[in-house]
Amino acid sequence: MMFVAAGAAVLVAILLFLVRALLGPTTFDRILAVNAIGTKTVIFVALLGFIAGRPEFLDIALLYALINFIATLAVLKFVEYRRLG
Amino acid sequence: MTTVDLISALLLAIGCFFAITGGVGILRMPDFYTRLHAAGKVDSLAQALILSGLMVQAGLSLVSVKLLLIIVFLLATTPTATHAVAKAAHLSRLKPWRAGKSK
Repeated sequence: MMFVAAGAAVLVAILLFLVRALLGPTTFDRILAVNAIGTKTVIFVALLGFIAGRPEFLDIALLYALINFIATLAVLKFVEYRRLG
Repeated sequence: MTTVDLISALLLAIGCFFAITGGVGILRMPDFYTRLHAAGKVDSLAQALILSGLMVQAGLSLVSVKLLLIIVFLLATTPTATHAVAKAAHLSRLKPWRAGKSK
């Protein structure tokens, strides 16, 4: 039951970050907000794993944390150099 | 409510409080560089608390090892990603906000 409450709180935090991602004047606000949403998604997937009673979800959460980090750096490189090559 | 449930409930509650504080912080801060604090630091603290709350709940098992891996990895990468965003913003000459000067 408390996992559902924690999941709801994490969802509220994701919504707040989403508002900043939409409002953000500069592109870097958006990148920051998307990175923070990715971290929150990792937590939410871990919580879902506990709610559904399936320990495999933690592998998904770990993988998503890896991908989120690489994605943020790739977007930054693209914004800075206009190409990824 | 055994003590294990109590401890994990407490950790989850504090972690969720910091998660929402990070969300409010990133909305309220006036400038990009100040929002970095809200998104970067509070984020890594919130995930550490919530996931350690889950670790307490899971006890000594493979699940706890995976949770520990997630915590350690996120504690290593979230500050690095925040630094990379700040460096990219600084290199593209994003001026920090000055008090009193309207944006």
